[in-house]
Amino acid sequence: MTEVTLSNVVKKYGAHQAVHGIDLDIADGEFVVLVGPSGCGKSTTLRMIAGLEDITGGEVSIGGRVVNDLPPRERNISMVFQNYALYPHMTVRENLGFSLHIAKQEPAQIKTAVDQAAGILGLDELMDRKPAELSGGQRQRVAMGRAIVRSPDVFLFDEPLSNLDAKLRTQMRAEIKKLHQKIGNTIIYVTHDQVEAMTLADRIVLMRDGHIVQVGTPLELFNTPVDTFVATFIGSPPMNLVDGTVRGGNIQLTDGQSLPVPVGARGLVREGQDVQFGFRADNLMPLGHAVDEVGEIHQVDLTITLTEPLGTETILFTTFGGIEVQAKMFNPRPVRPGEQMTFRLVLDKCHVFDAASGTAIRS
Amino acid sequence: MPRRRLPEWFLLLLPAIIVIAAVVLIPLIFSLYSSFTPYKLTRPSTLWKWIGTYNYEKILTDAKFWAAFGRTVLFLTIALNVEMLLGLGIALLVNKVTWGQRTLRTVLMFPMMFSPILVGFQFKFIFNDNIGLVNNVLQSMGFNVALPWLVDGKLAMFSIAFAEIWMSTSVFAILILAGLFAMPRDPLEAAKVDGCTPWQSFRHISLPFLMPFIYIAMTIRSLDVARAYDIVQIMTGGGPARRTELLWTLMSRTGYVDARMGLANAMGYVSILLSIFFTVYFFRKLSAARAEIGMGG
Ligand SMILES: Nc1ncnc2c1ncn2[C@@H]1O[C@H](COP(=O)(O)OP(=O)(O)OP(=O)(O)O)[C@@H](O)[C@H]1O
Ligand SMILES: [Mg+2]
Repeated sequence: MTEVTLSNVVKKYGAHQAVHGIDLDIADGEFVVLVGPSGCGKSTTLRMIAGLEDITGGEVSIGGRVVNDLPPRERNISMVFQNYALYPHMTVRENLGFSLHIAKQEPAQIKTAVDQAAGILGLDELMDRKPAELSGGQRQRVAMGRAIVRSPDVFLFDEPLSNLDAKLRTQMRAEIKKLHQKIGNTIIYVTHDQVEAMTLADRIVLMRDGHIVQVGTPLELFNTPVDTFVATFIGSPPMNLVDGTVRGGNIQLTDGQSLPVPVGARGLVREGQDVQFGFRADNLMPLGHAVDEVGEIHQVDLTITLTEPLGTETILFTTFGGIEVQAKMFNPRPVRPGEQMTFRLVLDKCHVFDAASGTAIRS
Repeated sequence: MPRRRLPEWFLLLLPAIIVIAAVVLIPLIFSLYSSFTPYKLTRPSTLWKWIGTYNYEKILTDAKFWAAFGRTVLFLTIALNVEMLLGLGIALLVNKVTWGQRTLRTVLMFPMMFSPILVGFQFKFIFNDNIGLVNNVLQSMGFNVALPWLVDGKLAMFSIAFAEIWMSTSVFAILILAGLFAMPRDPLEAAKVDGCTPWQSFRHISLPFLMPFIYIAMTIRSLDVARAYDIVQIMTGGGPARRTELLWTLMSRTGYVDARMGLANAMGYVSILLSIFFTVYFFRKLSAARAEIGMGG
């Protein structure tokens, strides 16, 4: 059993505090993704788990054993680095086998393990090349292979896909997910890309400025963001946020429009409270091009300013509540900027956030 | 008749060609020619007497020459290896220092700032058997000895090597330190995670990366040491009784003291082979080490 537990973990670089007391329980075999904007402390957290960074305060334990004072080699972990960190003077085969060689395993055993990992990752053709003779994607696979051969308790990934092109990234994402399904180890994965987080994670840990903002399954974060930061970080395009004020049981937007308070927030808002009204592009759809319309609908006429056709759907830019928002048109037909269309807003799926604190108002 | 003009490129290169010819080419050809004559500085007419390979034959059977040759190779091997190990150690230590590292690096360079002649004098004093520092220290510690540092053959070689190493270890230290600064941190971290102890990380990751830097230092220093002259000349003058004779002290003695310039030049050409050998050897090693860490030949 290799669960990983962080309790009140703190990291300070001199006077600068990079991580502010993080608590996190990761179950055995779970795929957890740490995600957040640049500089929020994801790598620092991961490196503390790996033992590459001293832990200023709190406790990290792996498989029930407190590892604060253990060097990386005694933690039985593997790590895949952002720029792969392959050993430049070793061939692919030597790179893969290095950790086993250090662990003084039998050559025959090493060969079996290395060949097996090479098979999983399709590296057989490349075994005698040096890292300098490999493409980015191939290096990435070698880095993964090097992590696999050790059969560690926990895999740590630090933005392993960020140096790859979009297509390869999608492909490797699927590979990593398959790998997890096959070997079932605990994985802690760092990325700043919310799509990666959504697609890979059993559970997402969203961080900002060294704090955890929200922990949950991808759908929990998508459907019930705890604040405007989560709402705009998760999901693409980001959630539309429109300023408004509660007036007589309705939300009055700055352009004078009035909307009913969505079901989830009803009874929780004060008269006169400044709020942000949030909805995703998927919930603002032109009449006749909508899907999944359930519950209360608010209908409004809007003028299109810009279109982004994506094939199966088109993103429409328009002005709503005084700001530019994005809407989605399913089964699209060609639309010209300046065209006026009737839109339907699915109120049951809308969110209300307190304008001052940004926290969600929801029962 | 049209006037023939020299091509423009030739005219433009002419000053350079003249300078190079005057300071390099002509002396080179002259010295090569004179090594086939019994040229004596005291009798200029001997320059015009061709004796073929007589000088070379004489050298090849000359025990004194081969003794100096062997001593030079030995001196070179010992000095380079000790300097390399010390330099590596110093570089690794300095790399660990977090406070005052700049100052330390500057201090490291001090020995290189002295003229070898001064270093020679300094160590000649330090190792002097009567008034020298070393013997005085030994005596004040209660050893009632006066070791003949610069007189006994082995001790004198040791003293010279000591001075040489004192002066030049920093070349290795500085170059290896440059290598350490240039070393990517990631593979070292990967090695830590892969289970390496600090020693294993050094042995399997850092050292292969440092090898090219070490070989560059070796190449430079092998050329330097192979023509070691000033320190030896000052400290022992190749003596006493030729016990510390190296190639260059022998050559200068033959050429200037005995005035047998033809023979000395022949010695010079034979010993250049030594330098060429070491240069080629270390360059081979260098490209191999560079290829090893994926920097290409
Ligand atoms: N060695 C260091 N010394 C001082 N400050 C550091 C050091 N390493 C990181 N920091 C700071 O700690 C904070 C968190 O850094 P960290 O590398 O964990 O960010 P990150 O979330 O991984 O960002 P990115 O997505 O850009 O990789 C940043 O403000 C950074 O400036
Ligand atoms: Mg990072």
